[in-house]
Amino acid sequence: MIEHVVLRVIARLLAPFIVLFALYVQFHGDFGPGGGFQAGVIFASAFILFALIYGIEHARQIAPPAVARAAIGLGVLLYAGTGVAGMLLGGKYLDYSVLAHDAGHGQHYGILIVEFGVGVTVAAVMITVFFTFAGRRGVLEEREEAVLPPDGDEER
Amino acid sequence: MITVTNLALLAFMAITAWAIARTLNLFVATMLAGIYSLLIATVFVLLDAVDVAFTEAAVGAGITTVLFLGALLLTDRHAKPHKHRFGTYGPMLLVVLLGAALVYTTLDPLMPHFGDAGAPAQGRLAPEFLADSVRQVGRDGPTATHIPNVVTTTLASYRGFDTLGEVVVIFTAGVGVLALLGGGAIGAGAGGRRRRSARKDGGTVSGRGSTTDGADA
Repeated sequence: MIEHVVLRVIARLLAPFIVLFALYVQFHGDFGPGGGFQAGVIFASAFILFALIYGIEHARQIAPPAVARAAIGLGVLLYAGTGVAGMLLGGKYLDYSVLAHDAGHGQHYGILIVEFGVGVTVAAVMITVFFTFAGRRGVLEEREEAVLPPDGDEER
Repeated sequence: MITVTNLALLAFMAITAWAIARTLNLFVATMLAGIYSLLIATVFVLLDAVDVAFTEAAVGAGITTVLFLGALLLTDRHAKPHKHRFGTYGPMLLVVLLGAALVYTTLDPLMPHFGDAGAPAQGRLAPEFLADSVRQVGRDGPTATHIPNVVTTTLASYRGFDTLGEVVVIFTAGVGVLALLGGGAIGAGAGGRRRRSARKDGGTVSGRGSTTDGADA
């Protein structure tokens, strides 16, 4: 859809604000509606919008698939690691009260870190799933070309 | 007024569901599914479940629609009409009967009514959860550490293990998609980069040779 000027300009204008809104939802989830799940999806939608307008190849340069794949595991590790950190500091698994000098602060930190882990995983999974699906068409077409005999082009 | 709005939204949802079931155009069905999600998100707002509504709007109306569109690119835009063994109206009748049975159970005088303040969940569990949330987060009452959004504290702290499970589910979904569709040939990693550069150099003709390149990687 890169030939549509309006879409192209608006997408480029909107994308940073979508990311900003995602970060707001992520880190304001303790005071308003929101949290890691919603923030992750909104964050991913900025990249998906970009991919829809500018094409999958451009979007891959901004969000490299290898980084997205690593982030899938990273978020879960961050979440589970917070639990382990609580254990190491003398609490139970996923008990955040021991993470800071008093229980209230510890809970707040723990919730923020854990929600960030959720957001990272959700955003990375959404981006990866969309890129995988959207990139599939090109792969299938190239495979069809590959199995055609050398002079089989007129069959298409 | 709330009742009227609820009934109107539920009627719209029923109409949308009917239209989804009727249409053979998959693009139309995808868009209608997005509208359906937006409608139920509005119902959640009316039920004061803002967090759930937010999730439904973002996931259901937003990302799911886009993922469906991505899947649509790989298949036909129209579903093939097929004959049902029990006719078109047999399954319909079954679903309507089931729905009627569910509505009938809510008419039981022992069941709490819609929005009933005396419902068991409101009377016993909710105050405990609210008190626990405050106690866990700010022991000294509403201090700087107090987290006003009870949903967040319940989700991330009180039921932290549950939420960890949910994240693992999403993780598994991502890994599953990668395992099924992403195996190296999708243009990630080294093979994809090589293929992309080959396409840039040689135009469309070199696409055939570079595919085997990517498959090897």
